Amino acid sequence: MYIRATGNISPQKTFGHQPLQEAVAYTGNRLSCIEPDYKAFIDPKQIRRMSRIIRMGVAAAMECLQEAELKQPDAIVTGTAYGCLEDTHSFISKMVEFNEELLTPTAFIQSTHNTIGAQIGLLLQCNNYNNAFVHRGFSFESALLDGMMLLKDNDAANVLVGAIDEITNTSHTILSRLGLYKQGDTSNLNLYSSIPTGIGTKGTIAGEGASFFLLTNQPSGSDYAKLDGLHTFYKPDGIPEIEKQITGFLESQDISINDIDLIITGKNGDAGGDLAYDQLAQSIFADKESIHYKWLCGEYPTASAFALWLAATIIKSGELPPALRGSGSLDKKIGRILIYNHYLGIHHAVSLLSAC
Amino acid sequence: MEEPVFVAGTGIISAIGNNVAECLASLQNGKAGMGDMQQLKSVHQQRLPVAEVKLSNEELAGLAGLPKTKSRTALLSLIAAKEALAAAGINNLAALRCGFISANSVGGMDKTENFFTEFLTDNNTGRLRNVVNHECGSVTELVADALGIKDYVTTISTACSSSANSIFFGARLIRNNIVDLVVAGGTDSLTKFTLNGFNTLMIVDEQFCQPFDENRRGLNLGEGAGYVVLVSEKLAATLKNKPEIILSGYCNANDAYHQTASSPDGIGSYLAMSGALKKAGLQPTDIDYINLHGTGTQNNDIAEGTAIKRLFEGQYPKMSSTKTFTGHTLGASGGIEAVFSVLALQHGLIFPNLRLQTPMVDLPFVPVRELVKDAEVKHVLSNSFGFGGNCSSLIFSKV
Repeated sequence: MYIRATGNISPQKTFGHQPLQEAVAYTGNRLSCIEPDYKAFIDPKQIRRMSRIIRMGVAAAMECLQEAELKQPDAIVTGTAYGCLEDTHSFISKMVEFNEELLTPTAFIQSTHNTIGAQIGLLLQCNNYNNAFVHRGFSFESALLDGMMLLKDNDAANVLVGAIDEITNTSHTILSRLGLYKQGDTSNLNLYSSIPTGIGTKGTIAGEGASFFLLTNQPSGSDYAKLDGLHTFYKPDGIPEIEKQITGFLESQDISINDIDLIITGKNGDAGGDLAYDQLAQSIFADKESIHYKWLCGEYPTASAFALWLAATIIKSGELPPALRGSGSLDKKIGRILIYNHYLGIHHAVSLLSAC
Repeated sequence: MEEPVFVAGTGIISAIGNNVAECLASLQNGKAGMGDMQQLKSVHQQRLPVAEVKLSNEELAGLAGLPKTKSRTALLSLIAAKEALAAAGINNLAALRCGFISANSVGGMDKTENFFTEFLTDNNTGRLRNVVNHECGSVTELVADALGIKDYVTTISTACSSSANSIFFGARLIRNNIVDLVVAGGTDSLTKFTLNGFNTLMIVDEQFCQPFDENRRGLNLGEGAGYVVLVSEKLAATLKNKPEIILSGYCNANDAYHQTASSPDGIGSYLAMSGALKKAGLQPTDIDYINLHGTGTQNNDIAEGTAIKRLFEGQYPKMSSTKTFTGHTLGASGGIEAVFSVLALQHGLIFPNLRLQTPMVDLPFVPVRELVKDAEVKHVLSNSFGFGGNCSSLIFSKV
């Protein structure tokens, strides 16, 4: 199946189908999305009614459909771990503050986890399949698998698949208390800098994003890439099982690691979580070119959607975008990419993309 | 014809019983589960009846084998999922590729509510253990881990159609040879968040609800969990108790009309029902019983009824809303009603639509008011419609 179009709102300048020129630098442990001017995508009257995550999700979806020149997809599938946090928080705080009295329905209505997919369906007047996955670090992968099965089973010829998660002040406070993020001076530009010394620090940097893709079962001649396969595994029992799962996935795709031009990993700067990536770099990924992406978008449960966008854009151009060209740039065309990501060591996913 | 997917076991906990046998007895005896609020602590306690599971968190934790500090949503889920797996009687679970596909609407919100009471006064307070399982997927993982299932674990949340979607996503995972078996369905416990949310929409009935009645006033909220164990044809053939019921049809469509209201013509409901019939290769006349979404709100019942009128014109199957027993269990309702659909097929029963006094004047049919025994039931259609226009229909058939 094929990735025909994308739409991506992230902490980088990704909206508007530009290659990543120069990485946007952030100080501190929170990367916020660079939001576009929504008026080109959504009716201003409706923009006012939408909370921030809904606006970002709808705009990313609309940009994707515009690029595909498609009015109505055969299916809309979204993934979000946290859902509409701002609306949820708004309703729950008023409920607590006013002791369950004097509440209005708007925040409650928009707090449901399927709101973004539903709003997209509503704006498009699209009566087709509409589903929403809400499974932590698998939210996006489950949505993607749903879309891929719809195409494979000929239940759909094209599917709009996307992932959306937001940071709010409240969620950032709570997740900080749970110990997810780096403390003290930190910047996304030196997220991995302590690693060469072998002394990593605990925690990562928070991110957010809205990334949509139009998948089709037929090529259009101007697709980004082929999406060859996806495999997820839950709570693997140590590094050997991770290696076995990834090797098994490659075998199921009838290729070996030698056929991969580039690996994109979900390394996020957290010393504990990065052990898996570092060990694989010594074993099954030894001597392979690899890049990391979470210094660009931060860590969040559906960050792997940013990685899919990045992989698709790299395959389309055949080369790394300027922001990712390090000292040792690749000299050959990048035709096949493997993405390996894990979220908190619990949710692991590999996906494979190749040139059309 | 695609490879059939069999129902090998069912499990349920709801306001009318803590397991399948108790729920079946209540359905047969016309015993509804609504009553005064006992477990949930809300200022609406005296005013709004609810359909609660009649056990405290401590009692549920004992049945589930989880700490009582865990979300009630997870406790309910594990009890029903365990029952479903036990009923399937599969000995070599470890040798199979198993999935757990659950659904819920607000995850561990029952605990998050407690957390926020303190957190809102000071951001450094509130016990973290009360918010750590807030995510919908986190509730699913507590249960998956307790069941020992890890080959495919995910969660769907499409409001009130959530667990109908999880059941048919599970079936598709089997058809795509990703797993051999799934435990699929959904769970929701009553929370102040949802109760107040529905209350602001002014669709909660202060009396016991009367779905498909001309004078219906709204819904009663309920809680519970319902799961089916779905297996591949190959696995079904090896089981001692050969499964005799299949999930023959399913469809998900969207009303695309309004975030919370159904369209007047019920286009989403119509497309979901007709799509499920097409998938099953059945005609409307083949359906023997419709387990209605039937919430009791003005809006749902006329939209659903209008869609049924259009699709089944002239030859209406028997139908009823079992939400007259369980209340509306939101993310659990598709799972709970899937279990009831299977019971209808297994026992040749059509469950009554309780408290129906005045049939709706705009509809040419009337749901069943009394239990029908010894009915010929070969195909059951189960409807689940939700916020966001999400409409899903499932068809269960006897083979």
